[in-house]
Amino acid sequence: MNPETTIKLALALPLAVVATTVFFGERQRNLRESFTLLGGVALFLAVALLVPAVTSGDRPATTLFEMIPGLAIAFEVEPLGMLFALVASGLWVVTTCYSIGYMRAHHEEHQTRFFTCFAIAIFAAIGAALAANMFTLFVFYEVLTLSTYPLVTHHGTEAARKGGRTYLGILLFTSVAFLLMAVVWTWMIAGTLDFRPGGILAGKADNTALCALLGLYVFGTGKAALMPFHRWLPAAMVAPTPVSALLHAVAVVKVGVFTVMKVAVYIFGIDLLKTTGISVWLMYVAGATILLASLVALTKNNLKARLAYSTISQLSYIVLGAMLANSWGVIGGSMHIAMHAFGKITLFFCAGAIYITAHKTEISDMRGIGRTMPFTTFAFLLGSLSVIGLPPFGGSWSKWYLALGATEAYQWPLVAVLMISSLLNIAYLMPIVVRGFFFAPVDGPEQPKMNEAPLLCVVPLCVTAVGSLALFFFADDVYQLLLPITLGSVP
Amino acid sequence: MEQHLPVLLIITPLIAAPLCVLVRQRVAVFGLALAVCWAVFAMAIMLLARVLDSGEITYQLGGWAAPWGIEYRIDTLSAFVLLFVSGIGAVVLSFAPHSIAREIRKDQHYLFFTEYLLCLTGLLGITITGDLFNLFVFLEISSLSAYALISLGARGGVPKTRRALIAAFHYLVMGTIGATFILIGIGLLYMMTGTLNMADMAVRLRETVEINGSFKQVNETRTVLVAFAFLSVGISLKMALFPLHMWLPNAYTYAPSVVTAFLAATATKVSVYILLRLIFTIVGAGFAFERLPLDTELMVLSMIGIVVASVTAIFQTNIKRMLAYSSVAQIGYIALGISFASPDGLTGAIVHLFNHALIKGGLFLAMGCLVLRLGSTELDDMRGIGRRMPWTMFAWVVGGLGLIGVPTTAGFISKWYLISAALERGWWPVAVLVLLSSLLAVAYVWRVVEAAYFQDAPEQHAEVTEAPVVMLIPTYALIGATIVFGLWTSVSAGVARQAAELLLEVTP
Amino acid sequence: MREILGLYNYWVVIFLMMTGFYVVIARRNLIKKVIGLNIFQISVFLLYITMGKVTGGTAPILPARHFTTGEEFQTFSNPLPSVLILTAIVVGVATTAMALALIVRIHEAYGTIEEDEILAQDREQ
Repeated sequence: MNPETTIKLALALPLAVVATTVFFGERQRNLRESFTLLGGVALFLAVALLVPAVTSGDRPATTLFEMIPGLAIAFEVEPLGMLFALVASGLWVVTTCYSIGYMRAHHEEHQTRFFTCFAIAIFAAIGAALAANMFTLFVFYEVLTLSTYPLVTHHGTEAARKGGRTYLGILLFTSVAFLLMAVVWTWMIAGTLDFRPGGILAGKADNTALCALLGLYVFGTGKAALMPFHRWLPAAMVAPTPVSALLHAVAVVKVGVFTVMKVAVYIFGIDLLKTTGISVWLMYVAGATILLASLVALTKNNLKARLAYSTISQLSYIVLGAMLANSWGVIGGSMHIAMHAFGKITLFFCAGAIYITAHKTEISDMRGIGRTMPFTTFAFLLGSLSVIGLPPFGGSWSKWYLALGATEAYQWPLVAVLMISSLLNIAYLMPIVVRGFFFAPVDGPEQPKMNEAPLLCVVPLCVTAVGSLALFFFADDVYQLLLPITLGSVP
Repeated sequence: MEQHLPVLLIITPLIAAPLCVLVRQRVAVFGLALAVCWAVFAMAIMLLARVLDSGEITYQLGGWAAPWGIEYRIDTLSAFVLLFVSGIGAVVLSFAPHSIAREIRKDQHYLFFTEYLLCLTGLLGITITGDLFNLFVFLEISSLSAYALISLGARGGVPKTRRALIAAFHYLVMGTIGATFILIGIGLLYMMTGTLNMADMAVRLRETVEINGSFKQVNETRTVLVAFAFLSVGISLKMALFPLHMWLPNAYTYAPSVVTAFLAATATKVSVYILLRLIFTIVGAGFAFERLPLDTELMVLSMIGIVVASVTAIFQTNIKRMLAYSSVAQIGYIALGISFASPDGLTGAIVHLFNHALIKGGLFLAMGCLVLRLGSTELDDMRGIGRRMPWTMFAWVVGGLGLIGVPTTAGFISKWYLISAALERGWWPVAVLVLLSSLLAVAYVWRVVEAAYFQDAPEQHAEVTEAPVVMLIPTYALIGATIVFGLWTSVSAGVARQAAELLLEVTP
Repeated sequence: MREILGLYNYWVVIFLMMTGFYVVIARRNLIKKVIGLNIFQISVFLLYITMGKVTGGTAPILPARHFTTGEEFQTFSNPLPSVLILTAIVVGVATTAMALALIVRIHEAYGTIEEDEILAQDREQ
């Protein structure tokens, strides 16, 4: 199968899952979920099939159709998108297993709608990952926003409605008011929206205009959750946990930072950012977000809320990497997309497992949880260590490269920010594990019986926990995959 | 046969209308009207194909040569407008039977079909004719039948519905004032040029004549200026440009759903078409925009209109009225596009004519489904309806997304052109306003979404079921089209672009 | 002076137009509104007819000789505006009929044709 067909297949598979899910519906749940799983595996394989071509330097591309003359819905696989597509499709399979266990154990309603919207969201994420131009990326970005709204408001309660309102309000506001403006503006001055190595904007406008344009892009990508447009992420936590896990630790938020990364590398070009220095102010916005979000996370007693603020903080690492505009920063940031995905999804899986098994959402109630749910709590520990960035976990590499990048750019305050933030990570993640393992339970016997979550929940979270460990050892492969995107700029 | 297509397009519904009165029998009349509407649609498609293939078509009525005889003249723009007006006419009429059975008295059904056909004739006639006075006559045919259609909303015995009468009366007064203004304008233009043929008039307005010893172009005289003022005010009234939109909300709210869907999708659009003809074909953009500040005026009014109407829409409790205010805002977008007077802006305006016709038509058809089952258009009655009428509400939501201008819906394409046109001119505040106003659309669309999906249905609507399939099919035909034309734009934006370039080319 | 008196017809047109327009806006009685509308429209008919008239001209009908004196006509009035206005009169009559029909229905439904009372009734509902 040639790569062009593979791209189309990768886009068609989630849609096929949508079709089968709707077709089987609530009456044949097993068939519905089998096909979701099958589609997920097939999608991962399809995306994986593209890897050899990309590593050998090819850029398989295909154009579907022109939406507006000159603006086509087109796809091209390059290393950054490759990595993101791999992560998103791989974790979809894992999350599907987890969702099946979670939704059944929890007797959720509207499961068909849930799986349908989920598949559409993955379709949008894959489309964004493989987009060949900013226009395509924007279209899929918006599809993702809308398809996840029913997931966020899944419970249909007053709280869900409020959360959904914030979610949609901020994401649509930023994307329509800033991002769309930036896209049209780029189209007007550059005459193209294609992602090209080295960027398309060099010499097209003066520095002030470019600086404003970059600001529009970075803040317009509300999904990157840069402060002050971060409120939607905690609000989205009203969603069922599998949604928070895959979408608000991986797909949605990563589409955000992925967009920022793409803009920095392929629209502006690293060299342009570096020589003009237009991204410096955004580095500090990202730095501030890293610290502030970590501090807020410390104050949250609700586990998912704490994880949400932790995500906001971690996302700004990636934005920071993009804005540093040197190869260390860009590689570190891109790597962090994968590393953080594995770490954070583990943490969310654990939060969900604790919720459906022990019905606990508040951290203060989770004393002794390690005794009843040892696997879950241990996986939580592994995930935390990866997010904190300790060796031998994947997160250590990306943070290392980011620190190198900050040093390279002579941004000493930002190096300090990265260090302090790691300490804060420890401060807000470790107490949970410590409470779980070493504190006595609030009520009940000192040594309660083991009461783990359903197997379909525990296995996925162990898989991702091990994954974040394994990434430490495969970091070089990721590095080699990503290296071409920085070519042309001084390492 | 084929060379007589332009006139057949008009004659067919015109003759069918009185036949409906003669036949009277409900089913037969519906069959006749339906056949005529779809036949007209087919003719419009053939005309557009011919125009795209071989350029402008002219047809001399009765063989009398222009400029003395009446001439039908079809270029890309008119063929495009003909296409969507007749298309929506056909789809909406297919939707009608169940809906009017609920909303219009049984003994008046044949009148409904008669007036519907007359209104369609009028709208198509305005678009196809190349003669200014003929345009006025067709305008009155469509308007008079529209007043009657709206008044059909009143059913004896249902007290609430009597407001349709007052709405129709107010529309009649405003509409007649507008039409009379247009008539004055036409008269003054005729006085200065001695012709009623638009193309001929365009030439003569640019001729140099001697007036009181000084030589000047005809269009530099004060009479032409006054004519233009009367015409633009009259047309603005007809197209409900802010602040001349006062007739619209009530008319749309109290008319039967089918009528609202048809009028909202076509009537104001055809008025915009008249404005385009006036500005670009007859007097020329140079006159309208350089000698007169019509572009500034249109821009300012449309921007205020967009904001005010959108904000007003947010506070409505009646969904039909909310959509009516949204229509006023959308007319603002179209007028804004015209005011740019650039290929991009004009393309945006023309394509939004088309896109908004589909979106609003689809939304009002969905409202028709809701009225059929709920008997109400109040937001309170729509609580929890998302679970009882999932297909209808899904169509509504997709239409709402189109209003917002979400990518992959037709609304996005129009917004894209408008924003590029604004940025091309360097008018930042305008671009920002267009973007922000779509967020206002989010606000009013989402009120309905939240009520429909997140609140519990009131007691009396516990037994509500989904609308019949025969109504859902036309609804989805329009709503589906908004998605199709949001992805595949060679017919909509492609033709609109061609039309825009043709319009701007004839500008000296 | 010639400017003012010579354009006598146009002054009448403007006077009627403004009168009609004012009545439409200011009167709250629906019938009076329709009367105002009629006056407004008729002023336009007058405008058309006036512009077609050429002083001393006659209708362009054969034979082109005066039927008693036998002299040949040199100037003709333009007949087209009069023809146009015939159409406009028909339209005006249709509009009036439509408006009156609506008023009858309104009277049946509300029991009054005073706009203020109608609006008050609607508000009460």
